[in-house]
Amino acid sequence: MSVEISKSDGPSDAPPSGPAGPEAIKAIPVRHYGRYVSAVVALALLATIIYAFSQGKINWGAVPDYFFDDRILKGVGQTMILTVLSMAIGVVGGIVLAVMRLSKNPVMSSIAWSYIWFFRGTPVLVQLMVWFNLGLVFEYINLGPIYKDYWASFMTPFLTALLGLGLNEAAYMAEICRAGLLSVDEGQTEASHALGMSHAKTLRRIVIPQAMRVIVPPTGNEVINMLKTTSLVATVQFYELLRYAQDIGQTSGAPVEMLFLAAAWYLLMTSILSIGQYYLERHYARGSLRSLPQTPFQKVKANLLSLGRPNGGTA
Amino acid sequence: MTTIAKTRDGNTANGATAMVKAEGVHKSFGPAHVLKGIDLEVAPREVFCLIGPSGSGKSTFLRCINHLEQVNAGRLYVDGELVGYRQKGDKLYELRDAEVALKRRDIGMVFQRFNLFPHMTAIENIMEAPMQVRRETKAVARARAEKLLDRVGLADKAGGYPSQLSGGQQQRVAIARALAMEPKLMLFDEPTSALDPELVGDVLDVMRDLAEDGMTMIVVTHEMGFAREVGDALVFMDDGVVVESGHPREVLTNPQHDRTKSFLSKVL
Repeated sequence: MSVEISKSDGPSDAPPSGPAGPEAIKAIPVRHYGRYVSAVVALALLATIIYAFSQGKINWGAVPDYFFDDRILKGVGQTMILTVLSMAIGVVGGIVLAVMRLSKNPVMSSIAWSYIWFFRGTPVLVQLMVWFNLGLVFEYINLGPIYKDYWASFMTPFLTALLGLGLNEAAYMAEICRAGLLSVDEGQTEASHALGMSHAKTLRRIVIPQAMRVIVPPTGNEVINMLKTTSLVATVQFYELLRYAQDIGQTSGAPVEMLFLAAAWYLLMTSILSIGQYYLERHYARGSLRSLPQTPFQKVKANLLSLGRPNGGTA
Repeated sequence: MTTIAKTRDGNTANGATAMVKAEGVHKSFGPAHVLKGIDLEVAPREVFCLIGPSGSGKSTFLRCINHLEQVNAGRLYVDGELVGYRQKGDKLYELRDAEVALKRRDIGMVFQRFNLFPHMTAIENIMEAPMQVRRETKAVARARAEKLLDRVGLADKAGGYPSQLSGGQQQRVAIARALAMEPKLMLFDEPTSALDPELVGDVLDVMRDLAEDGMTMIVVTHEMGFAREVGDALVFMDDGVVVESGHPREVLTNPQHDRTKSFLSKVL
């Protein structure tokens, strides 16, 4: 049997009904009037808000003027350095705490539990201020022959910010890592042990790579959160993006404009991080999905190629 | 609870070393007494089948052989060496993790649920232990892995991830993975119980081929046909004890105990 479809007819939605086949159904679709109404209302509200902002007493011209100001760029750099380093402390500390928490040693697991309880239960802003003022408790820092100094000169704003954010983050990362390690089936550990692999090798080669699938998505959220939380360290005299933006705002007479500028930079950086997170998740999905999802680049490429084919190809 | 005099060792009566020898092996999980004194002997090159209802302790016994569980009383020997403990004078010392890992190298194990590593391809699953444990080079490990995949009939699936393979194919990769460590003893824990009926045959063919090659195998199974055809010895376990043992054909066709009879009437 051969069905002839002439291409000159153009695409036709009706299925090719042979002489014996049932007639294709042509029904009147249900009209969802509610959807039209809600869409119009939402768009109208959005337009009103945008209009209000554009008509407000905000000098929008100041934002591009200062967008690549040296101080702003320096602030962006400091924000990124602080994010990366405090996340590094958080991830390493989190893994250590997670392993301690899962340890059979009751002392270790209690210490890890208490640490998480304390650092998760108090606001990070309070922790930052406490770190800054620990000079009241420790007058000196004395590491024997290696290092000795006054606490106040040892605890620079940078170190305060780093320790405050990093140690707080470790508590959150510990719970994320623990959930990841527990998500791996016990059969995996048994199979690895049965092959003669040691505990350490099993953890490194078998368990952690599988736990990463569970660990990466929430960690990506943590990085984005951390990037934004760094703005809190302005309170401990550390100069980062928000602090520089505020400074410029005071001197240039455009304080609110500089807040919008800072917000734009934060949005830009978090967007870039989201893209990185997408590719990282894709990498750790190996073997768990039958076929990996296409990257946006591959999708564009595939679409371009299919344009060359008539009617997009039916196979 | 049974304790065995320290002078005994893993030798059989005629002096040849049994591959596995159990003497009054007990195992409890808290209040649950799972193994209540198992005595048995597996000769080298023997295919030894363990059958019995679920909860009878077959799998637990298998896991004891491979140190996945620790024996509470009695003695268990593999190739003449005590399992789980080191004996010095009349004291027993628990083995360190590294010593356990060393002993496990020589024992291959195949699980009911395959337990392939899902983040590695079929061939990477097979190459992993030789490279990580025996420090083989990639080329050597790959060459052997290719041969093993060919042997289990999956040469064309080398690059496939476990999720892309059928259950039967996964189990054959799992057998190849165990064989890659060139074990002297293979343990099969209900290797076909999680498979669709039409996939069972392929796995059993691989096991039959292995048996013909002279591998010592202990097989926990519900495949009575396989036990009858390939098995050299068969043990029926129920409620933590060995109820009946003998040649598979005799036990399966002419069971002596009522419990064996009633079990076989249900599964045959």
